[in-house]
Amino acid sequence: MTLLRAAADHRSRAPLDPEVALSLRGVVKRFGGITAVDGLDLEVPVGTCLGLLGPNGAGKSTTMRMLTAQAIPDEGEITVLGHRLPAESKQARAQLGVVPQIDNLDVELSARQNLTVFARLYRIPRSERPAAVDRALALAQLTDRADAKVDELSGGMRRRLLIARGLVHRPRLVLLDEPTVGLDPQVRQELWALIDGLRSEGVTVLMSTHYIEEAERLCDTVAIMSQGRIVARGRPADLIAAHAGREVLEIYGPPAVLADVEARARAEGRETRRTGTSVAVLRAEDLDGHLGEGVRRPATLEDVFVALTGEDIQ
Amino acid sequence: MTATTARPEPRIRRLEPRAIAGVISREVTVFSRFWPSTTFSSIVEPTIYLLAFGFGFGALVSEVAGLEYIEFIGTGIVATAVLFSSAFPGMFNTFVKRRFQKTYDAILAAPVDTEELVTAEALWIATKAGVYGMAPLLVATAFGLDPSPGMVLVPLIGFLTGLGFACFGIFLAAVVPTIDAFSYVISAVLTPLFLVAGTFFPVDGLPSWAVRLAAVNPLYHCVELVRGAVFGFAGWGDLWHVVALLVFALLMWRLAVHRMERRLVD
Repeated sequence: MTLLRAAADHRSRAPLDPEVALSLRGVVKRFGGITAVDGLDLEVPVGTCLGLLGPNGAGKSTTMRMLTAQAIPDEGEITVLGHRLPAESKQARAQLGVVPQIDNLDVELSARQNLTVFARLYRIPRSERPAAVDRALALAQLTDRADAKVDELSGGMRRRLLIARGLVHRPRLVLLDEPTVGLDPQVRQELWALIDGLRSEGVTVLMSTHYIEEAERLCDTVAIMSQGRIVARGRPADLIAAHAGREVLEIYGPPAVLADVEARARAEGRETRRTGTSVAVLRAEDLDGHLGEGVRRPATLEDVFVALTGEDIQ
Repeated sequence: MTATTARPEPRIRRLEPRAIAGVISREVTVFSRFWPSTTFSSIVEPTIYLLAFGFGFGALVSEVAGLEYIEFIGTGIVATAVLFSSAFPGMFNTFVKRRFQKTYDAILAAPVDTEELVTAEALWIATKAGVYGMAPLLVATAFGLDPSPGMVLVPLIGFLTGLGFACFGIFLAAVVPTIDAFSYVISAVLTPLFLVAGTFFPVDGLPSWAVRLAAVNPLYHCVELVRGAVFGFAGWGDLWHVVALLVFALLMWRLAVHRMERRLVD
């Protein structure tokens, strides 16, 4: 089955652009009756960081797995670092760093052993392996704990090690799948510094996340994914300006009042979203207060997300 | 981390030795932590069989198929040791790495294909099976089996048999939905295989249908080859046993690769 797909993939298409680190065109992936990725188009220019933003089930992880040929698309074309997938995925993977969402470190091995195994799997020549492992240990700030078993490391240390494992071979492109999910805020900020460091060294980063703040801080471009497709794409500030305006008015009150505000705002053609205890009216910068009194705040990517998809992100 | 690393582009090839060696290096590293327990069970289990049957039956039976019973069983148990140290790791360790530890997801994100992964796992398990297959022979030697030069072939026979059963285990690990399902295989497949292999009693004494069944039992061919290596081969006809083991290993290897690909690649 895989071989047939690989053969089909050999049919030549448009020339590959060296300035594009990865591209997906018209990619569809179905699991039985469920379409996880539904006509996805995405390009990531070399040296940029793109954040794939969306709720659980939007198709982010499936997209990530397709980029390493661990999932084979039913339709569409994927190229990674100039290699067409899935036929040439092995060459692509040699230059690709992958940080999975699920911690799959070898818990019975030490930090150093984990890195050494992957230094070898990533084909670093024998003579360069010790230096590569030491560098990765330093990156993960685990030099002092190099010989501790993974079992003995804290959650934050393990996640740093997981990231360092994906970077041990100095990849040109790094895929981070929900790199900070489930971590406390302090650890999350440490990891942000690490990821930001990558970007400043010219490594291309594709990161999936459902933390809006993470995407806003780290990514040059954000692609908002919903139900297997990209519904909007751009710089975070541009997306906010285009889809949510400058300001949002949050009006609080009992449900009946909120329903009334919602109805009146919609009658004026304004977009609103419910956030449990309030109604948020988007593009509130030109509002004079006739909808009701409330709290004005700057619009965020989260407002964009809800406005575009009608879904809550978290 | 710099983005510009001038490394030569690897070519597309199947079954690259570097990828296989990389996966084996992981196994060796893990083994360096766990070898005492693995070695203990791989040696002690067949030794208990050897002693129990050797002393138990040995008191009743003086000679089987022209051999002293300790010679008969000491060589026969090699197949049991090989089976235990290949099929079980193939099943359980592979399942745990695939399902619980997600180790294979990490490995397949590196430049390693499923075929290389399965091949590496099977080669490593078979190597261990070849080595551990020697344990009963050494124990039997202490109880009166005469050493012979042909014994150096036994690890090779164990390797070839172990390759087939490792792949059989990996195939099952790809197929079963839960780890409990292995109980069915152990009771319904592995137990009959190791009992009707000519290990504890000669197969010729069985009804003719059972003799014919034994001919498709890889362990039977393993037992015959081990006895041939230790006591002298009957002639070129023994090559048929090698062919049978080769066919078994090849078939199981392809099945294991195929089913693992379906399981690991969506």
